[in-house]
Amino acid sequence: MIATLSLLPSRWLSLPRARRWGAGLLLALLAVAWLLPLVTALDPARQDLMNTLAAPSLAEPLGTDHLGRSQLARMAAAIRLSTGMALVSVLSAALPGVLLGVLAGWRGGWTDRALGLVADCVLALPGLLLVLLLAAIAPGQFWALYLGIALVLWVEYFRVVRATTRSLAASPQLQASRLLGFGPGYLLRRHLWPALAPAISTLAAFGAANAILAIAALGFVSIGLKPPTAELGLMMTDLLPYYREAPWIILQPIAVLFLLVLGCQLLAGREPQ
Amino acid sequence: MSRLTSLLLGRLLQAGLVAWGVGTLTFLLTRALPGDMAYRIAAGRYGYENVDRDAAEAVSRELALGGSPLGDYLHWLGDLARLDLGHSLVSGEAVWSEVRHQLGHSLDLAIVAVLLALLIGPPLGMLAGLRRDGWLDRANLLGAVLLRSLPSFVIGLLLIMAFSVGLGWFPAAGHGGASHAWLPALALALGLAAVSTRVARNAMAGVAGSPFHAFALTKGLSPSRVFWRHGLRNAGVPVVAYLGVQLVYLIEGVVVVESLFAWPGIGHALVHALVARDVPMVQGTALAMGLLFVALNTLVDLTCLLIDPRRRQA
Repeated sequence: MIATLSLLPSRWLSLPRARRWGAGLLLALLAVAWLLPLVTALDPARQDLMNTLAAPSLAEPLGTDHLGRSQLARMAAAIRLSTGMALVSVLSAALPGVLLGVLAGWRGGWTDRALGLVADCVLALPGLLLVLLLAAIAPGQFWALYLGIALVLWVEYFRVVRATTRSLAASPQLQASRLLGFGPGYLLRRHLWPALAPAISTLAAFGAANAILAIAALGFVSIGLKPPTAELGLMMTDLLPYYREAPWIILQPIAVLFLLVLGCQLLAGREPQ
Repeated sequence: MSRLTSLLLGRLLQAGLVAWGVGTLTFLLTRALPGDMAYRIAAGRYGYENVDRDAAEAVSRELALGGSPLGDYLHWLGDLARLDLGHSLVSGEAVWSEVRHQLGHSLDLAIVAVLLALLIGPPLGMLAGLRRDGWLDRANLLGAVLLRSLPSFVIGLLLIMAFSVGLGWFPAAGHGGASHAWLPALALALGLAAVSTRVARNAMAGVAGSPFHAFALTKGLSPSRVFWRHGLRNAGVPVVAYLGVQLVYLIEGVVVVESLFAWPGIGHALVHALVARDVPMVQGTALAMGLLFVALNTLVDLTCLLIDPRRRQA
């Protein structure tokens, strides 16, 4: 325990500066979003029709929307929703993506070809189109959106992991380990994982950014989640008509979406491929 | 030549996969519609007040609803294979004729967007790449990182706020004269340019650091002559190749940006059809977008072969 704690600062400092900025930005947004319900009793759903489009004040630091709902509570709920969905879809895409990638790269032959064909099927269509069609099958449901995003994301892991595994499987150090009689668990832990981990973490950060963008884009065209939900894209559509009266309100979801995606991209630490 | 045929065969396979994928998903969409599909389609056609059992049964007979799932699925794919996309459930028009019009509008928008992106992104990136770590290079990196964190529809929103609501220079939405195309095309182009400018910068920096570039300068060619003669073509290949990767961004952007600007293209139509549960139109528009994606990718591949003779062998 103490060892891991003392390790933290040095590992933290070893990250390149951009990644540290990204991590800090995301942590700040997440802290505000998750701590807010513990500190205040602001409710993202409670309307106050006598107090609509109010300017920011002490009681309502971000003002109120066109139905008098607290913007601060709604922004916090939207961040929790977007980051939560992004995290779950990235994790559930990474697991099968990495495992199948290792399997295909290791076994080669028919396994490789069959899995490659499945991946090509997914890649044949632009990702958002696939998410759009899947989300339309069950409108307003979280699982459809989540399934669509995860289905699009796993291919990235699969392709990168397969290529790395294939080149590693033929490498002399791995053959030496195999000749010494080490099992697949050891080979995976000792040889494959250290080579795969950096690429996987970068892919995860980009995947999270893409998931957040896809959720917002679908909300924006009213295909994704349905209105009472506080969601960034939906809020932009809802608040656009009030731009003249209250320009600061529509700028809030825009700024938050921008900061979330910027945080993920900086955290990824590399330009996307 | 064998390189060319294998490339075209691969893209043909991709087109087949697109058709199968879209067909299967839209079939699932018909199955997942809540309530009785016949009633819903009848409501879409005649209005909710005018739906009764006769109307629903007429719709059911006409569309052959209610067989076994597998039989329906094969029937559905068979129609698709014969390119029989049917008629829109809302307007009653043939899907093909509607899609043809919309595809034209989308292509207009996409072409203007790509041209704008090529005018903005690569020239700035190449200038930045020639002077590494100069002020232009830093500004270019900052601008690219910031722009890339904004999806195209948010760029569009900001453009509307600034240029049509604030300054009143361009119309906010709709389709008419050339002035209507500026903002949606710019919304798409800025996102594309943000990426292509960095690709061009990296490619140019690589070329500027290469021995043949140094040799061309040493033998006395002027810097501009070196750029046109030795730099541009070598740095151009990655930029064009990367356009293929960016096509995903373009097609995805078209869906949302067209909806934002009420541009009567294929993405706008797809979103409308999804909201109205107009399944034949969903299938037609999604198929058209998927095939457009494949066609543009093929075009990018062919352009790469044209620019870079090294790729034609092997």
